[in-house]
Amino acid sequence: MIPALRPLAKSVGANLVGATFLAATFLMAAAPAHSATPTDPQIAHIAYTAGDIDVKAAKLALSKSKNKDVIAFANNMLSDHQAVNDKALALVKKLKVTPEDNDTSKALVKQAAAEREKLSKLSGAAFDKAYAANELAFHETVDGALKDTLIPNAKNPELKDLLSTGLKIFQGHQEHAQMLVNELK
Amino acid sequence: MTFRIAGPLAALSLALMAAAPASAATIEVTIKQLVFSPAQISVKPGDTIEWVNKDFVAHTATARDKSFDVQIPANGKGSLTVSKAGTFDYYCRFHPMMKGQLQVAAP
Repeated sequence: MIPALRPLAKSVGANLVGATFLAATFLMAAAPAHSATPTDPQIAHIAYTAGDIDVKAAKLALSKSKNKDVIAFANNMLSDHQAVNDKALALVKKLKVTPEDNDTSKALVKQAAAEREKLSKLSGAAFDKAYAANELAFHETVDGALKDTLIPNAKNPELKDLLSTGLKIFQGHQEHAQMLVNELK
Repeated sequence: MTFRIAGPLAALSLALMAAAPASAATIEVTIKQLVFSPAQISVKPGDTIEWVNKDFVAHTATARDKSFDVQIPANGKGSLTVSKAGTFDYYCRFHPMMKGQLQVAAP
């Protein structure tokens, strides 16, 4: 685990999947660090993975929800995150960078799969509330990681720019998610 | 060829100009990096606001009082012709921190 990203895994664990993963990420955080900061190929992989997770969550919401605000939110998550990830793919191709899988990406994927499993068992208003709460927590965590870790450590200026634009878009999502949570109360 | 197209087009634009109030204008608001610019504009009834989106994600210009909701596609445009006087705060439904204001003067 990249030490700078411990808060990311910890927060995702706490917010999305509860005590089991929180304990697991504490254990990971206690493990010796192999590298001090993430590299550009790792940063690209983490950012792409986070976007892909939200696309999958949106698809699940679109298959389950009947609420028009939830559906509108999920449709926007789908198109925005796909648009950002398309840009990211085009950029890594142009830069001839191969995104590199890493412990943070792996932890995100594992936690998101567990969360989708949990969400898939819910329906109606219970699903809508849980999806909205998760989206808020997820964007808070990802925005924090982008701002504090991924953007400051990105070396390539074009990657840094794309991550910065992504952060603005995702801050919008965080605010949108907060509105959705408030509406569903 | 150019002459043949120009003829009817010129006639059409003259007809459009005749139909619109003499002072009607189109005011452009650019969207870049999730910011409306200029954020505040003053217009007159009959004027058209055109939002030009330079971002690769879609936005909206949605009135707080729900009186308008303009879709602005990624790298595209959206427009609104105002008819009612007043001050209208608007925002983007997808990225609510994006805020703007239209001031429509009394006719």
